[in-house]
Amino acid sequence: MFEANSDKGSLQVRNVSKYFGTFCAVDGIDLEIQRGEFLTLLGPSGSGKTTLLMMIAGFLDITTGDIALDGNSISDVPAEKRNFGMVFQGYALFPHMTVRENVGYALSVRKRPESEIREKVNEMLDLVQLTEFADRKPGQLSGGQQQRVALARALCFEPPVLLLDEPLGALDKKLRVEVQDQLKDIHRRVGTTFIYVTHDQEEALSMSDRIVIMRDGAVEQVGTPYELYEKPINEFAAGFLGKSNFLHRSDGVYALRPEKIDIRPSGTGEGEPRLSGTIQSITYFGSMQRIMFLTTDGEELEVDIDSWRNRDPLAEGQSADLFWDKGAAVKLEE
Amino acid sequence: MNAIRKSLHPGWLLVAPFLLLVIALYLGPILNILWLSVTDPEPGMGNYRKLFVSDSLLRIFWTTIRICLITTVGSVLLGYSIAYAMVHCHQKQKSYMLTLLLVSFWISILVRTFSWLMLLGHRGLVNNALEGMGVISEPIAFMRNELGVLIGMIHYMIPYAVLPLLVNMQSLDMRVMDASRNLGASGQQTFMRVYLPLTLPGIVASSLLIFILSLGFYVTPAVLGGGKVLMIAEYISVQLLVTLKWGTAAMLAGLMLFGVLAMLYIMSRFMKLSAVFGGSA
Repeated sequence: MFEANSDKGSLQVRNVSKYFGTFCAVDGIDLEIQRGEFLTLLGPSGSGKTTLLMMIAGFLDITTGDIALDGNSISDVPAEKRNFGMVFQGYALFPHMTVRENVGYALSVRKRPESEIREKVNEMLDLVQLTEFADRKPGQLSGGQQQRVALARALCFEPPVLLLDEPLGALDKKLRVEVQDQLKDIHRRVGTTFIYVTHDQEEALSMSDRIVIMRDGAVEQVGTPYELYEKPINEFAAGFLGKSNFLHRSDGVYALRPEKIDIRPSGTGEGEPRLSGTIQSITYFGSMQRIMFLTTDGEELEVDIDSWRNRDPLAEGQSADLFWDKGAAVKLEE
Repeated sequence: MNAIRKSLHPGWLLVAPFLLLVIALYLGPILNILWLSVTDPEPGMGNYRKLFVSDSLLRIFWTTIRICLITTVGSVLLGYSIAYAMVHCHQKQKSYMLTLLLVSFWISILVRTFSWLMLLGHRGLVNNALEGMGVISEPIAFMRNELGVLIGMIHYMIPYAVLPLLVNMQSLDMRVMDASRNLGASGQQTFMRVYLPLTLPGIVASSLLIFILSLGFYVTPAVLGGGKVLMIAEYISVQLLVTLKWGTAAMLAGLMLFGVLAMLYIMSRFMKLSAVFGGSA
């Protein structure tokens, strides 16, 4: 089975910046990426995540700072010598080659013997379940299949690091969820370090070991999906990863996830309600309901409740009380 | 009858007069030429037989094909470099280059041919300058030989080579080249294994275009060849105007016509194929 470079693949990004003229695209980023880790760079467009990935791949020069693989600087190593696999946005498959030739390309340009290439390509096609399409051209494949060819091609020469630039961007929603599972499974099996760029928070949450939230070329917060979701440090992190209510109090701003709030008709809850007010609107989503709530102080809150828990159906215009556990509201940094 | 009525759109009636006019004025003379080639001076295949017995005719034939082939290779090589430079330089430089290319397109072939004489002729600018500097003692014979014809023809054909290649190169997804480098291929490997195969349709298109256009070249060989390089088009005109052997001229014209049609057929086959393997990424 697939043998990854088990002793290689940690990546150090040290104070890396990128300027295009006077425009600063990436601003002094420090990152320590562990061997075998699935790290996601998450941010809106223009946040510098793709620029950072292109610098790691070697397609863009670093303005200042240094990138190192296993402690050895690679900033001056050209892209073709870095040995990083990459899955491009839109896949960038070779249209004039068959699937087999695409996947074997990296070994073929390294002048490996024909038999070794054949064996390795078969193994990769098996990994991505495309064995029966080996002799087709990329133009004859569906989007999802092309995506898997791109993945097999990038993994075929056993790179220590695999870079993925929005690889699911071109797929439709349903297929995307399916491919996420496959991608995570392949990551588990090959053990290669994955660096994954996306603007989709669901992809980031479901696949990553750690997520880097970026904005305007800088890192906002780094952590596991759990840490980022439960303990966002600022409004941007809380708002970009999942939804959040922001409560402005005298001692600062608190983030409160809509699903952590319990809502009861006035006077029916146990204990002292945290807030009271009226229900503005209820939107029904099947498994859950989204309630827009206006407090007596004029604050607007979003409350998500599971439909099955809504035993005493609430109505629009009704007064109600809000409850949440201690610690559910997270104090944000200034 | 019904089937014919169905397939005949009433629109055909509107264009029918013009269609008939074109057929009469275009196909008629061509058929007449073909008819001449087997009837003048006497009925039979005598004119075609000359191809195998007349040494001079054969020589003209091969000279024409040789010059056309060298012209094709030369202009496609130069055109490829120019198109490559245009695609990969800045937008502003690209529009300058395109303007220069189109300007040379618009200048009459006669003017361009004679300006080569001024530049490279016996007492031309280049020979004068080199002699003045003492680099050479005798003028170099650039003109009035096959070299002169080739220089003139390649120069004239370059825009025809650049345009199809430019269209081809502009349609390429450059991320594919990035992918090749990322997979460990050197610049040379990327060019040979990815860029060149993907620009092959453009190379074929411009090669056939230039070869076919070159076959009919008349002015440039006549002026720059100085009467020493006889190509088929000039020979045909001599047969028509001087020796009045219309049958021979008609035979040669017919051969050229069928040669070109055969090549166009091959081209259409090839371009359709290219759409299959190069059409979508």
